[in-house]
Parts: sequence; structure tokens; C-alpha cells
Amino acid sequence: MRLVFPNPRLEDRIPSHEDLELMEKVETGDRLKWGSKTQYLLTCVGFCVGLGNVWRFPYLCQSHGGGAFMIPFIILLVFEGVPLLYLEFAIGQRLRSGSVGVWSSIHPYMTGVGIASMTVSFFVGMYYNTILAWVMWYFLNSFQSPLPWSQCPLNDNLTDLVSECKRSSPVDYFWYRETLNTSTSIEESGGLQWWMVLCLAAAWSVLYLCCIRGIETTGKVVYITSTLPYVVLTIFLIRGLTLKGSVEGIKFLFTPDLNELLNPSTWLDAGAQVFYSFSLGVGGLISFSSYNPVHNNCEQDAIIIAIINGFTSIFAATVIYTIIGFRATKQFDDCLNENILMLLNAFDLVEGTVTEINYDEMLQNLNSTISGSEVIQGLDLSTCNLRTFLSDGVEGTGLAFIVFTEAITKMPISPLWSVLFFVMLFCLGLSTMFGAIEGVVVAIQDFKIFPTWPKEVISGIVCLSSFLIALIFSLGSGNYWLALFDSYAGSIPLLIIAFCEMVGVAYVYGIERFNKDIEFMIGHKPNIFWQAMWRVISPLIVLVIFLIYFVNEVSSTLTYITWNPSSENFPVLEILPYPNWVYIIILLLAGLPSLAIPGFALYKVLQKCCCKKTIKKLELNTVSANVNMDFFTMSE
Amino acid sequence: KYLFSINSALGDQAYVWNENEMFLFRATLAFAMRTYSDGQEYDVANVVVCDETPRVSFWFVVTSPLDASLLVDKRRVEEAVRKSRSRINSAFLLTDDTLEFIGIPPTLEAPVAPDTPPWLIAFGVVMGGVGAGIVVLLVSSVKRDGEEETGGKTENEAASDAIYNMSFSDDEPVTQM
Repeated sequence: MRLVFPNPRLEDRIPSHEDLELMEKVETGDRLKWGSKTQYLLTCVGFCVGLGNVWRFPYLCQSHGGGAFMIPFIILLVFEGVPLLYLEFAIGQRLRSGSVGVWSSIHPYMTGVGIASMTVSFFVGMYYNTILAWVMWYFLNSFQSPLPWSQCPLNDNLTDLVSECKRSSPVDYFWYRETLNTSTSIEESGGLQWWMVLCLAAAWSVLYLCCIRGIETTGKVVYITSTLPYVVLTIFLIRGLTLKGSVEGIKFLFTPDLNELLNPSTWLDAGAQVFYSFSLGVGGLISFSSYNPVHNNCEQDAIIIAIINGFTSIFAATVIYTIIGFRATKQFDDCLNENILMLLNAFDLVEGTVTEINYDEMLQNLNSTISGSEVIQGLDLSTCNLRTFLSDGVEGTGLAFIVFTEAITKMPISPLWSVLFFVMLFCLGLSTMFGAIEGVVVAIQDFKIFPTWPKEVISGIVCLSSFLIALIFSLGSGNYWLALFDSYAGSIPLLIIAFCEMVGVAYVYGIERFNKDIEFMIGHKPNIFWQAMWRVISPLIVLVIFLIYFVNEVSSTLTYITWNPSSENFPVLEILPYPNWVYIIILLLAGLPSLAIPGFALYKVLQKCCCKKTIKKLELNTVSANVNMDFFTMSE
Repeated sequence: KYLFSINSALGDQAYVWNENEMFLFRATLAFAMRTYSDGQEYDVANVVVCDETPRVSFWFVVTSPLDASLLVDKRRVEEAVRKSRSRINSAFLLTDDTLEFIGIPPTLEAPVAPDTPPWLIAFGVVMGGVGAGIVVLLVSSVKRDGEEETGGKTENEAASDAIYNMSFSDDEPVTQM
């Protein structure tokens, strides 16, 4: 099956194997290098392991049949995640360039893929760092006892608790009112919240400090940001297991329900989770592996990173659910004790006659008399069900900022656990941001927009411009904007990019050539498994996921959830449809990167046809190992 | 009406409710009336308790010390109890939750509000550290670029000429880190 897109002059654009050998020997060069293999692996692990492992995977696991979810997850990890990972590592290492450089070398018409990666990196980086700003806010507020989200504040005349807080809960109030000061819909902007602007500035400054010289600085920081989360997770695991109810949580998480495997959305969610969890298509991985020595074993790296990522997801899920089990048990106990007290008071029974153990019995006994049942109806006892508390929809920001923070207030020495937790979240997110910034900065350098400017300045410009645009997330409606970005800026374009990557390498670059490259780099050709994956199976899986997503989004009216204290069902979040002008923004967010791919190809075709000028090839500056882009210039 | 929930508050260290405890209660209530009401000399005898149940809940009324048949107004009693709530609670090693007085909601403590919110202090520390770090790194890279510019460029050009006979070279300057 030799399906290859005709690609003349490919050899002119890429360094040959002899060039690569020479690059290895000649030490001087502009291209950065990793300080050590450990730095490279830690950076990649940090990039892949992010907030999604902690707050998306546990929810998916629990809602799709617990232990049974492992099956589609691991299958798709093997058939979709690892091949894509290996592909990005290998192509970066071979062509020794960031994503823009790689795709323009493979074929000028494919430069759009690199541009799309850069755009997505930029958008995703913007809203991801805002989440870090929120984490920073909670972190800064953790240095006090009692924690500010453990109690409702009093109203102005000190007669009662603030009504909004009383009707919902202190953690909800702290999140929606004191942190976000959220407006009631995306149309009401609500003005800039100054404390959020400060936290945003802090988050971007920390990021700038770490990325100031690219992998030179990030390579050192990752020793902390990539390892600290594991330390904190272990501490939480030990602490969690000693709390009452933790085992309930773990049991609930992992109890398998094999019927879920028949549900197609389980497989879809597993596929999406594997894909997004690896941060594929953003260009960061290609860039990171391009700094590797030519003969680095990228096959091994891909497998190691995939295993670590999968293990981290499962480990984090376990830890999260010990704490959720503890919280649910506490809520259940509180609920039950309230009911018991009400019964005791209503029937004037001696304390100790109704306990948690004989609650159901006693309730039945009391209900059996006519007068008793009347009284009980009047009491309005709430039903206490442990399972309902456990299956509280806990994912995303709700998990971190509402559920987990509440659980922390119930643990002794709460400020300590709060600080640890938010430091961990910050590290997880920061290491992912390194890849996003790398994707943007390296693309700018590849484009040679500002050739003489040092990297510090380019990183500074990227951070500053992202910060300024991200101020939109510090508005009163910022939370809704972020949800918008989260749903549309990263999801569809990345699937398209990944599909184009695989098709590009397998059919435009040529799978035969790719095999030979890998043989040159690591000593053996990739076996039949990889061939099958790259050529057929992985692109097919990505295509299927994309089509289902796309059809789903296009066919339904898009809605979002809002916090509205004056709504009827408060504190249940209100579901509103998006206003019409938001659809335009969604189209821009998802469409701009996606259309960059065919758009740039079209632009190149038009230039070639209309102007009848030959493309001047730029020579390969092998000493610096920079593959210059195929610029269109007039022939001499 | 008063409701005592001793067991839930104290668990193993719960004391048994008996006549002596009731006496203590009446004494504390008399104390409350003396201190926070009109200042008359209320005595234990002025606090009348009735309808006691094993749940440990009961009703009580307060009679005026001057005339045993006159009952003190409910509102004044409530006010006195509200003001001395914490004393009464601590006399019985209980809290507002476990020693309920039906009709008097617990007084709310105004939370301690520090002058500077603690998060601003932490923010200052973080930003100070980050700012210092950025300045240090920028200064050191400016220094390094200064050193490189004088020595580095010629070396690169020489190397490229020596190893490769390029058909043509372009004029772009070599990008530095």
C-alpha cells in the first residue's frame, strides 16, 4: 500500500542523515539542548500530566462504570495515544524544528498545521493560565485559620448570615461571589475584578520567570513542578486513607459496571480523555523532542511517558476519591444526625434511643402510629443517601474549588492541606503551560518575525499579550468566557490538527522515509504494530471522535450554566442558551485554527499559480541545525 | 423552653442529669436576670421549672422577687438569656448547638477582620520573589549577551565557511539565544 502524495524537493528542505550526524559531532550551534535526559522526560511528563488528570479523569471513571472504564481507557491509550505520541517525538527529533518548521519542511502547503498549532497553543495558554490565577487566589487565601470558605460572612447589620451564602453553602459563596464575583449571564460583563487582575498578573509573572529563556530555565524548574504533585498526592493518599469513609469512596470509584462498555459515549469520552490528556497537536512535544540528540530512543520515551500519564490518572483518581468518600460520609453523618435530633426533639425521647445504627428501625416504629406519622411528615426529614453524596457531579473547577475545599475544611489543620493542595494544582498547571508557551514562542522564532530579538523579549511579549487578552477572564462574566474557551478553543481544532499530522507524516512525508529515519535514529525499524497504527487505525479513531463531536455540537443548541442568586432553583445552577453573538466567537475560536490549515495551503497555491515566480530554496544552515522556512521570494 | 443535648456534645464525658444540675441551671438563670435585667435580687426560688422530660427538656418561667405570683415578661427574660448565653453555655460545658433555647436564636459573633487581608500579604511576598527573580535573570542574560557579542560571532562565521562550501549564503544574521 504505497500511497504517497507527490512531494518533490522534500530532500532539499530537510537535513539529510549525513547532515544530522554532522550536527551531532559539531557541538556549537544555536539550537538549545537539554541539560540532561531527566530534564527532557520531566518536562514531557509535566506537560502531559496536567489538571485534567486530577479533575477530569476521576469523574469520567466514576460516571462510566468505575473499574470498567479502565478497559476503554487502556485500549485507546494503546491504539491512539502512544502512536501519536511516538509520531510527534520522532518527527520532532528528525526534523529538528518546532511545529511550524516541521510542517513547512514536510510540505509548504502543510505550514498551516503549524500555524494552527501555534494559534491553539495561544488560546489554550490564555485560559489555562487563568485557572492557575484562580488556584493562586485560593493558595494566597490559605494562609489563615479558619479558612475563609469555611463559614458564611455576616450581613451588614450583623443580624444574620448573608442570604446568598445561607441558601447555598460557604464554599459555593466563596467561589462564586468572593473569588469570581460572577454575573448572572455572559452578556453582563460586570467589570474587572481587581483582585483577579492581581492574581492573573501574578500567574503570568511566575510563568514568565520560568519560561524566560525557554528550556534553559524550564528545564531546571521542572525538577520541582513535575515531581511535587506526586509527593503531594502521596501525602494526601496517606492522610485520606486515615479518614473515615475514604474506603467507601474508593469502592464507589472502582466498582465495575460492565454494562457501561456497551454505551458508545463511554468509548468516546475515553478516546477524548486520552487525546487531550497527552496534549497532542499543540506543538509543544514536537518542539521539546527537537532539542534531543539525534540518536535518542524516542520509542522508549513515548512508551514511558504514556505509562506514567496513565498511572498518574489512576493514582490521582484514587486520591481524589478517598477525600470525596470522606466528604460524602461526613455529609451523610451530618444529615442523619440532624434527622435524629429532630426525631428526639419531636418525640421527647431520651438521648441515645435513636442512633445511626437503629435509625431506620426507629423511624419505622414511630411511623407505625397515626399520630407518629403525622408528626414525622410535619418534620420534613431529608432523605440521607450515601450514594447521592458520592455521585455529586464532581469534575472540573467544581471539584477543585468547591468539593475539595469543603472536604479540606473538615480535616484538622486545614490551612496546611489547603496550601499543599493548591501548590500541587499550580505545579500541575504550570508545567503544562511550559509546553503551551514553548509552542507559541518557537513558532514565532521559526517564522523569523523578530529575528534579532532575544528569546527573553519574545517570551515577554507573548506573556504580556496573553495577559492583556486574558483580562477578559477577570470580568464578572469571566467564568463563562473561560468555559466557552475550554469547550471550543481546544477541542475541535486539536482533533483536526492531530488527524492532519498523522496523514501528513504517513502520506505526505512518506511512511517509508519515516521508517528509514527511525531506523537511522534508534537502530531498528518500527514494527508492524506502529505501521498499522500510523497508517490506518489512529487516524481513523481521531476522525471518528472528531465527527461525533462535531455533529453533537452542531446539532444541539449550545448552552451554559450560570450562577443566579435570584433564580427559582437557586442554588442549582441555571442553564441558559448562548446569545447569538457568542456563536460568532465560537466560530472564530474553533474555526480560525482549523481553517488555517487549508487556508494557508490555498494561499500558497494562489501565489504559485498567479505570480509565476520560482520558489527560492533557502539553504540549510547545518552548523546551527536550523531548518529555514520555505519562503516565497523572487528569483535572482 | 430549653433543650439539652448532653450526650451528643460530650460523648464519653457526659454527666448525668439530676437535681443538682437542675439547681445549677436555675442558679445561672437567676444570675442572668440579676445582671442583665432590672438589677433586682433574683433568687433560685424565682425560677420555676415545669414539664421536665427524660430528653432533658423543660419549660421555665421567672417570677418577680417582689411578688411571687407575678411573672416576669417573656421578652425581658429572653434578653437576659441572650446576653449571658455564653456564660450559661460554659457552665454546662455545652455550646449554642447543644443547649438550645427555643425562640432565642444564637447570637452571631462578628468575625475578626484584620486590617490587611492576609492574602494581600502573601501576594506581596510572592510577587516580590518573582520580580526579583525576573530582574536577576534579565540582568544576567544582558551581561552574557554583551560577552558573547564581542567573542562569539566571528567564530560562527569561520566555522560555517570552513566546513561547508555553500553555493550561496544569505544575509540573515545568525540568531542568537
